[in-house]
Amino acid sequence: MAKTAGTIGRTVDAVDNWVNERAGVKAFWKQHLSEYWAPKNFNLWYFFGSLSLLVLVNQLLTGIFLTMHYKPDAEYAFASIEFIMRDVEWGWLIRYMHSTGASLFFVVVYLHMFRALMYGSYKKPRELVWVLGVAIFLVLMAESFMGYVLPWGQMSYWGAQVIISLFGAVPIVGTELVEWIRGDFFVADATLNRFFALHVVALPMVLLLLVVLHLAALHEVGSNNPEGVDIKAKKDAQGRPLDAVPFHPYYTVKDIFGAGVFLLIAAFIIFFWPEGGGYFLKPDNFVMADPLVTPDHIPPVWYFTAFYAILQAVPDKLMGVILMGAAVLILFLVPWLDRSPVRSLRYRGWPSKIALGLFVIAFVRLSMLGLAQDASILELRFWTLVYFAFFILMPIWTTFENTKPVPERIPS
Amino acid sequence: MSETEPLASVQPAPDQSRRRLLLASTGVVGAVGVGAAAWPFLASLRPSQRARIIGAPVEVFIGNLEPGQMARVQWRGSTIGIMRRTERMLNDLEGLAGRLRDPDSNNADQQPEYARNLYRSIRPEILVLNIHCTHLGCVPQVVPEVGAQPFDANWRGGFFCPCHRSTFDLAGRVFSGVPAASNLLVPPYSFIDDDHVIIGVDPEGAA
Repeated sequence: MAKTAGTIGRTVDAVDNWVNERAGVKAFWKQHLSEYWAPKNFNLWYFFGSLSLLVLVNQLLTGIFLTMHYKPDAEYAFASIEFIMRDVEWGWLIRYMHSTGASLFFVVVYLHMFRALMYGSYKKPRELVWVLGVAIFLVLMAESFMGYVLPWGQMSYWGAQVIISLFGAVPIVGTELVEWIRGDFFVADATLNRFFALHVVALPMVLLLLVVLHLAALHEVGSNNPEGVDIKAKKDAQGRPLDAVPFHPYYTVKDIFGAGVFLLIAAFIIFFWPEGGGYFLKPDNFVMADPLVTPDHIPPVWYFTAFYAILQAVPDKLMGVILMGAAVLILFLVPWLDRSPVRSLRYRGWPSKIALGLFVIAFVRLSMLGLAQDASILELRFWTLVYFAFFILMPIWTTFENTKPVPERIPS
Repeated sequence: MSETEPLASVQPAPDQSRRRLLLASTGVVGAVGVGAAAWPFLASLRPSQRARIIGAPVEVFIGNLEPGQMARVQWRGSTIGIMRRTERMLNDLEGLAGRLRDPDSNNADQQPEYARNLYRSIRPEILVLNIHCTHLGCVPQVVPEVGAQPFDANWRGGFFCPCHRSTFDLAGRVFSGVPAASNLLVPPYSFIDDDHVIIGVDPEGAA
C-alpha cells in the first residue's frame, strides 16, 4: 500500500517536472498568483474585476450550449428559442443564465469602471490598462447588441433596424454602408446570420484577447488601491512591497467569497426575476419579428439607454450619432484629461467629488430618460451637457483644486 | 563566434537605396495583395443576388382604394403606403409650408424629380410613400383626422412616428423641430394604367 502511494507520488512529481521544464507553469503561477503582490487594502469595489471574469466565463459556457440548439435563420430562430425554453431539458435555465447574465455583465462592468474613476486607477502608469478596458467595453456593447438580435423577436428586429440605420447618417456612403452591414435592403435573414457569426465566433475571440491584454498590462504595472498609494515605492529586503499581500491565497479567497455572494444574488434573479421586470428582456421580444409592425416604443436594453438618450438630445441625425459615439469614445481620453497630482478621490478636493457625483447622477438620469417615452428635450440636453462637462472640464478642476498629501505607506 | 568574422569582413556594405526600393516595393505589393485578398470577404457581405432579385418591382391594384384610405405593400422590405388623398387633404398642403422643414422638397435625395411638386406625387391625389421614418426607420402611424393631438395642437392630418415623435404631413413632409431631418422618401414608381401602380419602376422617359 505504502509502496504504491510512493510510486504514484513519484510519478506525479515526474510529470510535474516534465511539464514545468517545458511550459513554465510554476513561473506563471508565481508571477500572476502566488507572488503577484497586491495592495493589502482592497475593498468591496475590487470584487467587480474578478466578477466580470466570472460572468464572461458564464456567457461563454452557456453560449456554447445555446448554440447547440439555436438556429440562426430568420424563419426558425424565434421558434428555436421557444424550443430551448420549453422542450430542451434545463434549456430555460441555460437561456436565462445567458440573457440575464448579459445584464449582470454590464452591472459589474459599470461598477468596475466607476471604481477606476473613483480611485484614479487609470492614472500613470496604468493608462494602458484603462484604454484596454474601454476597448473591452466597446466590444462588449457590440457583442450584446448582436446577441440581442438573435432571438428574432420584435425588439430584436426593430432594435437592429434603429441601430443599423444610425450608420446611414454617414455622409455620401451612408446608404451603401447600411446595405453592406445588413446584407439586404432591410434587416433580414442575411443580417441575422452574420450577427450570429460575429456574436459566437469573431467578437468572443476579440473579447478574450483583450481581456488577456488587460490583465497582462495590469500585472505588469501592479494594481492600484483605494488610497492611490504607490506600494512599489517601499519594499522589504526581498524586494516585496511592504503594503502588499500575495494575490493567492489572500485575494483568491476573498474573490471566491465575493463570487459566492454574487452567485447567490444572480441565482435569485435568474430563478425569480429573469426578465428583470422588462428591463433585461422586453415583453415585445416574446413576439416574433414582423417587418410590417413597428412596436409603439423601441427603447434599447437598460445598459444602452444613457447613450441612446444622448442621441435623442440632438435633433440632427448625424450630429446625434457623432455625439453618441463621442460619449463612449471620450472615455479613452480620461487618463490624459485628469491632471491631478493624486489618484484617489480620498485625497482630492471638493470639485472632484462634486464632479464625479454629478457625472453619476447624469449617467443614471440619462439612462432613465432613454427608457422614457416622453422625455423632455430640455432635460435630455441638460444631462447630456453635464455628462460631457465632466470630461471636458476635468483638466481644469484637476489642475486647480487643492489636494491632500498622499501618505507614503497605506495607513493601517 | 570566430567563424562569422571572416564572413562579415568580406561582406560588402549594404546598398541602402537598393534596400529601400526592395522594402518599399515589397510593402506596396503586399498591401495590394492584402487588399485583393480582403475584397471577396468584404464583398460577400453585400446583398446577395437572391436578395437583389427579391428586391424586384411590385405591382399594386389601387382601383378599390377609397378616398382617405391607405394601402400598405412591401417593397425591398420597406413598407410602402399608397393613399388616395381627399380634396380637403390636398387643399391643406399649401398652408402648412411655414411649419415644415423642407416644404418645397429641396432635398433631392428624398423623391425622384417627377415627384418633386407640392403634392410630392405624379397624380395629385395618389400618394406613394416609403413610410419608414427618416429618423431611425420606424413605421409611423397614420393620423388622417384634423384636430388637436397630444403631439400637435393644430394637427391637419399626417403621419406620427411613435418612436421619437417625428411628425409628417399628408405629403410626407417633415415638420420643423422633430428628430427626423428629412421628408419621407418617395420611392421610384409609375402607373401602368388608371388602376395599377408599379413600385420600383420610373415612369417612361424619366431617368
